[in-house]
Amino acid sequence: MSASAKLPRWAERGLLPLINLAAALILSGVVVKILGESPWAALKLLVSGALGTQEGIGYTLYYATNFIFTGLGVAVAYHAGLFNIGCEGQAYVGGLGSGLVALWLGDRAPLLVVLPVAIMAGAAFGAAWALIPAWLQARRGSHIVITTIMFNFIAASLMTYLLVNVLIKPGQQSPESREFGANAFLPAAHELFAKIGITFSPSPWNLAFAIALLAAALVWVLVWRTRWGYALRVAGQNQSAAVYAGISPSRIIIQAMLLSGALAGCLGLNELLGSQHRILIDFPSGAGFVGIAVALMGRNHPVGILVAAVLFGALAQGGSQLAFDLPKINRDMVVVIQGLVILFCGALENVFRTPLAKLWPGRLARSPQPSGGMPVPR
Amino acid sequence: METYTLIVLTLAATIRVATPLLLAAIAGMFSERSGVVDLGLEGKMLGAAFAAAAVSAATGSAWAGLGAGIAAAVLLALLLAFATVSQRGNQVVAAMAINIMVAGLGPTLALAWFNLGGQTPQLDGPGQRFTSLVWPWASTAAEHPFPGLLYAQLLSGHNLIVYAAAALVPASAWVLFRTRFGLRLRAVGENPHAVDTAGISVTGLRYQAILISGVLCGVAGTYLSTAASAGFTRDMTAGKGYLALAALIFGKWKPYPTLFACLLFAFTDALASRLQGVALPLVGVIPVQAILALPYVLTVLLLAGFVGKATAPAAIGVPYAKEK
Amino acid sequence: MVEKSVAPALELRAIDKRFGTVHANRSLSFAVAPGSIHGLIGENGAGKSTLMNIVYGFHRADSGEIYVHGRRVDLGSPQDAIRAGIGMVHQHFMLVENFTVLENVVLGVEGGALLAGGLARARRELEKLACDYALAVPLDTVVSELPVGLQQRVEILKALYRGAQILILDEPTAVLTPQEADALFNMLRRLRDEGKSVILVTHKLREIMAITDRVTVMRQGVIVGEVVTATTSPRELAEKMVGRAVLLRVEKKLAQPGATLLAVRDLEVRDRLGVARVKGVSFDLRAGEIVGVAGVSGNGQSELLEALAGIRLPTRGSITLQHHDLVREHLGPRERRALGLAHVPEDRLRMGVVTNFSAEDNAILGYHDRAECTRGGWLDRAAIRKACEGKMAAHDVRPPLPSLRIAAFSGGNQQKLVLAREIDVDPRVLLVGQPTRGVDIGAIEFIHKKLVALRDAGKALLIVSVELDEILGLADRILVMNAGEIVGELLRADATEEKMGLLMAGVKSEGPA
Repeated sequence: MSASAKLPRWAERGLLPLINLAAALILSGVVVKILGESPWAALKLLVSGALGTQEGIGYTLYYATNFIFTGLGVAVAYHAGLFNIGCEGQAYVGGLGSGLVALWLGDRAPLLVVLPVAIMAGAAFGAAWALIPAWLQARRGSHIVITTIMFNFIAASLMTYLLVNVLIKPGQQSPESREFGANAFLPAAHELFAKIGITFSPSPWNLAFAIALLAAALVWVLVWRTRWGYALRVAGQNQSAAVYAGISPSRIIIQAMLLSGALAGCLGLNELLGSQHRILIDFPSGAGFVGIAVALMGRNHPVGILVAAVLFGALAQGGSQLAFDLPKINRDMVVVIQGLVILFCGALENVFRTPLAKLWPGRLARSPQPSGGMPVPR
Repeated sequence: METYTLIVLTLAATIRVATPLLLAAIAGMFSERSGVVDLGLEGKMLGAAFAAAAVSAATGSAWAGLGAGIAAAVLLALLLAFATVSQRGNQVVAAMAINIMVAGLGPTLALAWFNLGGQTPQLDGPGQRFTSLVWPWASTAAEHPFPGLLYAQLLSGHNLIVYAAAALVPASAWVLFRTRFGLRLRAVGENPHAVDTAGISVTGLRYQAILISGVLCGVAGTYLSTAASAGFTRDMTAGKGYLALAALIFGKWKPYPTLFACLLFAFTDALASRLQGVALPLVGVIPVQAILALPYVLTVLLLAGFVGKATAPAAIGVPYAKEK
Repeated sequence: MVEKSVAPALELRAIDKRFGTVHANRSLSFAVAPGSIHGLIGENGAGKSTLMNIVYGFHRADSGEIYVHGRRVDLGSPQDAIRAGIGMVHQHFMLVENFTVLENVVLGVEGGALLAGGLARARRELEKLACDYALAVPLDTVVSELPVGLQQRVEILKALYRGAQILILDEPTAVLTPQEADALFNMLRRLRDEGKSVILVTHKLREIMAITDRVTVMRQGVIVGEVVTATTSPRELAEKMVGRAVLLRVEKKLAQPGATLLAVRDLEVRDRLGVARVKGVSFDLRAGEIVGVAGVSGNGQSELLEALAGIRLPTRGSITLQHHDLVREHLGPRERRALGLAHVPEDRLRMGVVTNFSAEDNAILGYHDRAECTRGGWLDRAAIRKACEGKMAAHDVRPPLPSLRIAAFSGGNQQKLVLAREIDVDPRVLLVGQPTRGVDIGAIEFIHKKLVALRDAGKALLIVSVELDEILGLADRILVMNAGEIVGELLRADATEEKMGLLMAGVKSEGPA
């Protein structure tokens, strides 16, 4: 009846996502059952694989780092009223920026120099890749969903070309760059913990996680506590109101997409500088799309995004464990679950919201039917 | 003569590449004309490709595969319709969800059922694939470059689905512009309120459109796994659904221009494989990736209004609610 | 009346409808005689539209019965209503813009799976209808190329083509000039004389008096009266509608205009397609006066207002405020606010507020970078809340909860908050578009008094309204716009409805203006 029923805030932000998640997991369980495995055993493996060991936790947070970056990217664009499906491409090209810096400075300068330059380059490359779709949306009205999809493909072609023809390590078959100089390696979490006397199992979890947390804090402050954030949210909610208020929607579109692309572009810090130590084909491997799920589930709020990113990280890590231990399941099962979470959190949320809203009937109250104008007696 | 043969062969390859694009693009046309964004072409095709290959492998019949492919795509389309039309969920999100889910589901089921690392078995038995139909005297004709080779390569020598796809263009144009259903379909994509007040169910129309899209995606997916190749492999659509969407936009949501766009995009693809490593006069070697990216670049340019103007159906992407 | 023995064309018995906790229609009963024009009048939100949507099968009543020509009908969808001989002309036309007239008319009654036959049949029948009712429309023209009056005619043709015996028109004159409205009324009379029944839903008392045979008055979901039009008066109807004696005039003293604060010269505004919407408009706005801009909706008033506010760029001319030429200096809404120009936009929900924001966030819209709301680049949340509380108290905004979403407030309270926001900054010039659109009577009086008080405090006010009565009630000086031009300027004392009606229709005034 109404466009979407209203819930109390805690139910909206906490209960509803949990219910949606549960629905996605239950359906995944059905799939597991169809595959001939026990859903309950699979869930236990998933959880223990992701959180049962220090190594598992490390991997979980390593994956989560990617998802925080892309989730924040999707969310910032979302607040400007834009659906940025191009985080995958922006992360890919952004990673190129960080990777080039690492190749260039990795054996020339200390990490303290390499890292800030790599961050700036990653953000700049990612932002640049978002700029053209942003500009086309702002100035020429080209739909950003379609253009960013196109740019994902163009990015893939560009990167393949660069890796196959330009960056490839001479005398090597697989399209990868040479390894970065050791100064460009971000310290792993277990190494950092070791310095303060804590032993932690080795994992690719690295300093980029801290950068992601900082980015999340930055996004929160920027969106909810600054004038720019106010302008961003006005423009995202109501373009006419923005123009009325003297806020230029096209400028906001471009700024928001630049920030969005920059955030996604930082993925290379974790994936390349933190873990792979070289540039390779398709290193974002879908993190840009998972970012959509993360942002949707986290209600486009940094805290929600952190929680959702860890959840998806756990899913990614636990899924590996699942594939390892259950012969009939491979890692693709994780992708199925991701898809289902997006489906329930993003497209089917009214399925549960409407019945849920009946628990708070007062919230359903709507203004009476609009009718034409108003009477002025004479 | 060598160049001539090369051109003819490239054109023949173009037709083969264009077929799934065209089927998917026309599928998208029905859905988008009704006002529902069809980003889910990719997922529906991929799902159909898996189902068709799996069933064909199990039953030994390509036709059973086709039925399964269509059924799978229609099921996904129903899910999409339920989410976007009945539940008024976000159309882009719903489609992305289905694309991602199917990308995982295909290999997952394939592994569990066939234990071949996420693929279906090679379809090499008789009747497991849609094979090329050779027209009468084609092999004789091929010896005569003109017009014999054209006959042999362009008209003859394709599988049934290719011919069906070709027939689909005039058929869909007729449905869209000459029938009651077409009129209502176009109306609901422009102004669903007008359709509703005219006593026609918006929901019903959109379900029909999405289901048609499902059927056609089913055929397209079946083509990929049982005609163009011999089985299902992970991510075998490789963006063709999005490319079809681009072709649809490039064709301005009209059947014949969409056909043209599909042929153009398919031609760039066919050309890319021909030009791999070939040095051309003046420009030298063109990177394959540049040619492969061309359809996407062209679509962006079109969307930007630099080459023509594409106007989408007015109500596209907006879930319909009775109250404004 | 003579129809005693004949069954009513339409009869509603005890119709009841709730939306959530809102009781939109409470046990409504009324009947419409065949061959009559029946008025349905009520305030915004009285439940008229809900009722008509039930009759048209758009909503289903929770309880109650509907009879058409004495036969009980079940109207579950518009299709059922059409079958029962009910046609509806919506306020916002239900036309497919890029279809031809013919295609629009046949939509839903194509007469077969193939189009060709149905279109030919429709063409013949429409040509006959056009003759019978003087309803000529070019059948092969795309609807978006037709003027509004003709689009309305297409809607009426649609209903007649479907065999409507009962025709409902929802606020049909909102987009018409008085003269076009007269033509419409003549057409409706002809339909009545043919034996059809017409239900006219409106809030304009004048129209009710001019054309209806009977009138039903609604207030807050109930019917508060039904009378034979000839036996009632506008005052009586107004009081029934509002539920109490109504202040018919805004009380105010004679204006004491001072210095010119805003000067507009030869202003031209074009829309995105390059069509001139405001054509060389010039006027002055002086301190201590209210200038009203009257005109039928769509004659350039909106574009003029938006150009003054800095939302649209004029293509020619000048706007002078505080020795600045706003046009030449490219000053946007933000810079104009800094110069003391405030603006209450015409369409509150589209432009004046962000519906998903809280009241306090809406109370800084346009002023979010002012010192009061910020510390450095940061928003000062505490100060913003305090300021909003102050505005709510001063303007009687209820409920006084700054953190509540603006959408949860009534139209009147939203408008009061928007007005509070714009006058709290003590502007020199205030532009107000449709000051009381979608606002209940109580808030209307409050807003009108506030506007007059601002005038008396020496502000210059420009008020754009399509409600003639509002202009006549508030303005000291009236500019009438037609087709993008100011076709007449009248002092309030010289203005009569007749004069203004002629001007609004484009008949230029004679003599000195």
